[in-house]
Amino acid sequence: MSATISHSFWNNVSYNARRYPLGVAGGIIMIVFVLAAIFASAVAPLDPFNTNAKASLAAPGPVYLMGADMMGRDVFSRLIHGARVSLAVALGATIIGSGIGCAVGLACGYIGGWFDLLVQRVTEVMQALPLLVMALVITASLGPSLRNTIVAIAIPLIPTVARVIRSNVLSLREMPYVEAAKATGMSEWRIAIIHVLPNTLAPLIVLATAQLGSTILTEASLSFLGLGVPEPYPSWGRMLSESAAEYVRTAPWLVIYPGLAISLVVFGSNLLGDALRDALDPRQRD
Amino acid sequence: MEQTPLVEVSGLRKFFPIRKGLLRRTVGNVRAVDGVSFSINAGETLGLVGESGCGKSTVGRTVLRLIEPSAGSIKINGNDITAVGKQDLRALRRQMQIVFQDPFSSLNPRIKAGEIVGEPLKVHGVGDRGEREAKVADLFRLVGLRPAQMNNYPHQFSGGQRQRVSIARALALDPGFIVADEPVSALDVSIQAQVINLLMDLQRDRKLSYLFISHNLAVVEHISHRVAVMYLGRIVEYADKTALFAKPLHPYTEALLAAVPLPDPALKRTKHRVEGDVPSPINPPSGCHFHPRCPYAEARCRVEAPVLRDVGVGRQVACHLR
Repeated sequence: MSATISHSFWNNVSYNARRYPLGVAGGIIMIVFVLAAIFASAVAPLDPFNTNAKASLAAPGPVYLMGADMMGRDVFSRLIHGARVSLAVALGATIIGSGIGCAVGLACGYIGGWFDLLVQRVTEVMQALPLLVMALVITASLGPSLRNTIVAIAIPLIPTVARVIRSNVLSLREMPYVEAAKATGMSEWRIAIIHVLPNTLAPLIVLATAQLGSTILTEASLSFLGLGVPEPYPSWGRMLSESAAEYVRTAPWLVIYPGLAISLVVFGSNLLGDALRDALDPRQRD
Repeated sequence: MEQTPLVEVSGLRKFFPIRKGLLRRTVGNVRAVDGVSFSINAGETLGLVGESGCGKSTVGRTVLRLIEPSAGSIKINGNDITAVGKQDLRALRRQMQIVFQDPFSSLNPRIKAGEIVGEPLKVHGVGDRGEREAKVADLFRLVGLRPAQMNNYPHQFSGGQRQRVSIARALALDPGFIVADEPVSALDVSIQAQVINLLMDLQRDRKLSYLFISHNLAVVEHISHRVAVMYLGRIVEYADKTALFAKPLHPYTEALLAAVPLPDPALKRTKHRVEGDVPSPINPPSGCHFHPRCPYAEARCRVEAPVLRDVGVGRQVACHLR
């Protein structure tokens, strides 16, 4: 039985892979980055923390593939190690924020009444503050660490996701198929899980992939202010923000490569997200 | 001849409160259903007709307690479903099901047709997986679909086929009573006949009772045994199909029948048409609700609300003049 299921699962994957080549490209980009992050120590040619005064601001060459920073640290190696922080923050914050936001939105749309009213006012207050300001307040009170950075960036994402899901749920729960499920005697929670939740998937995926990029940049801003992941551990955001103002003319590789890495991850996740949204929608198949 | 009806509805009311202001005070009510009573025998179809907004769909949903009634009692097989708790209601739901108007939104686009039809069986824990699948295959055949289509998603069906899937879902638990809420209004005319005939065949074979809600009088005349005409939340005329279509008593019924398009252009329209719109159910007209649009209205109609009274065998009308 499980053999046939996994067989059809892989059939499905290969079928969709052929249908959405761009999604496959996005998936490959993401997988490469994730693998690089996991096996950073093995992949990075040099020690990302090792300073070398002689190599300060060295241009890209055979030893320093992407050049070296002011302290003579290898940019390529720092980029690979930085993927750990940046991806952990981006994926962690997006998944946690979207997950909680989705649960809150579902509960609001479904329970309604006073609960909904209260939660909606709280989310409005949260949305009145810019994402960065709120993340700042949270990290400042929790203290800088990877985990706290993820939490600080995830929390401000919750209201946005919750509102989108809530409005979606409000229209979905009026659908006749929900009424039909009610008429069969299905419990409200089972209806919410089986009939309502899966139909909020499309906006959720779009929202989550759009937010992935902004989380990386928020982490960069937090690091720049000394509230992100503590030194000396590299993150793409900090590599970018540290060097952007000073070295963009004299040593542009310090800006270009981290910028390229962030852009690639955002691009890859968007391609993957779009393809996933379509692949998970039975109406797009034939 | 006298038998206990399968469905007995009496004094059914559904008011939707209108709330305003910060404190959400109730400032008025939409009297969607205002004292409706009827009964349906086993194997019988009651047609419920009326204009849009007259409350006929609300009746259908309230009878199944998909919307909580404000007052009144609903008995199905002798069990008063308004008096039972949630758990008992779940069990009673096996006896009553619904088919909706819109074949597109009544099926979840993400679930395969076979699972949609099998869902009620799963909810009530009928049989094991294999048995349920066999039953779903039977249901597919019963409604004129191929069991192979169980693996299709709703978008892969045509409107008429989707309605067949809806009917199969409604039949899954072998209910005695089905509310058909405009089940063919969204379909092409050629498909309408097929679905109506399917419903009638199923009724004959399984002794089903239907509450058939429609604004299409031709369809109602074809399928119903008895007909209730609704106007602004109330039943204004209640009669056998043949009697009603032969000689409508209430001026509103008369106007509705006169508005049915005649297939022969040479025939001239005899009766008047109703002018204007349905008045607001928030603030219904005084006296007889129909008097502002009624060509026969007298002084009395503006003051005194007519009650539904017997006029002959099995026939009731709410009009001062008949």
